[in-house]
Amino acid sequence: MSERKTVSQTTWRIFRWPLLIGVVSVIGLLAALVGDGWYDVLSWFCLGSCVILMVLAWRGWLAR
Amino acid sequence: MAMSQPAIRRWYLVHKWTSLVCTAFLLLLCVTGLPLIFHEEIDGLTRAPTVSAVIRPAPPPNLDAIVARALAERPGEVMMFLSHDPDKPIWYAITAPRVDSQEDQTHIAQFDARTGELLKAPPLDTGVMHFLLELHSSLLLGLPGEMVMALVGLVFLVSLVSGAVVYAPFMRKLAFGTVRKGRSSRVKWLDTHNVVGIVALAWLTVVGATGVITALSTPIAGLWQMGQLAEMTAPYKNAPPLRRLGSVHQAARVARAAAPTMSVSIIAWPGTFFSSKHHYAVFLSGDTPLTRKLIKPALVDAETGQLTTIQEMPLYVKTLFLSQPLHFGDYGGLPLKIVWALLDIAAIVVLATGIYLWLGRRRVPIEKRILELNSGGVPEAAE
Repeated sequence: MSERKTVSQTTWRIFRWPLLIGVVSVIGLLAALVGDGWYDVLSWFCLGSCVILMVLAWRGWLAR
Repeated sequence: MAMSQPAIRRWYLVHKWTSLVCTAFLLLLCVTGLPLIFHEEIDGLTRAPTVSAVIRPAPPPNLDAIVARALAERPGEVMMFLSHDPDKPIWYAITAPRVDSQEDQTHIAQFDARTGELLKAPPLDTGVMHFLLELHSSLLLGLPGEMVMALVGLVFLVSLVSGAVVYAPFMRKLAFGTVRKGRSSRVKWLDTHNVVGIVALAWLTVVGATGVITALSTPIAGLWQMGQLAEMTAPYKNAPPLRRLGSVHQAARVARAAAPTMSVSIIAWPGTFFSSKHHYAVFLSGDTPLTRKLIKPALVDAETGQLTTIQEMPLYVKTLFLSQPLHFGDYGGLPLKIVWALLDIAAIVVLATGIYLWLGRRRVPIEKRILELNSGGVPEAAE
């Protein structure tokens, strides 16, 4: 069972994924604001990946 | 680096109470916000005027002619504002009984910006979408309601921070993204609350913070009026009243000449909230995605048609201008709006699971709830 770790994780390990997601979200929020065209596409991709991640987590594909 | 037990307890209580205070408001905001994301599309399908695709090969119509036409439509009224749609070739002419009339007494006429023709369309300040917007921004209570919403937004931000803090002890023994469905339904929804909340955190924070700033737009406009606008019009403080109202077309041309890469967004008539008693205030917007939002005021003497001054907006006004798109999600085409809507639904999931978790543990002593937090949702640590 990998979902339940025997050893406590460090704060860094707990927050490294959320931190990366935060950075990607901010890029997504700003890209469409500073440019058009490909910048818009970058925004869709970055913010859309958050939604996809939620679905993957809920389907249990992240904790494998 | 683990938090001490009293610290966890404190943060848990902060998260619980700030969330309880704003959950009902946030549910209303998320539910009304969902259709509002597509405000433009829905209005476009249901009530916007049909603008002909054919562009007549002629110079754009004279703004004075549009104004004359708007005033002829509303006898006895005066012009307050002329505003250009950022996406469509439409001029909105806003008239009212007086230049300083309240918003509810104004009337908006729409004109084709290429031909100057009056467009037939239902008034902009009626209809379901307008109602939803009023409900969303002020609970239909005007300025006091906007202030309540700003406060709700601030409490929401505290709830987000405290939620992120208590995420740490909960996840200490769990891998990122774990949703355990084989245990109790409480564990399932607790995991869902955590994973959806943490993934949407940055988006929720930005939409929350920009919502607070947008809710403060009335006081921000007041500050600007007392600050920069008063400064810009200081030389005219003791000038005699206007004898004659000059051409608005000329005023727009003079302002555009002072900022050749920009185009006219809004013109405020002398005596309105956004101008002096002596000037047409011409607000210009730029031609890049960023400068399109950052409008710039130019004051044109309404009598002589000469430019008095053109300036950059102060930082606090620019912050407001940039907050609006980041709150509405209307700056990256339809796909961005769809992602915005999905994240809005994610927010509803976080709210609903939060209520569920609170309802299920109301009668349980706090020690047990903290234990649940520390153990990652499974207090029976021995199993």
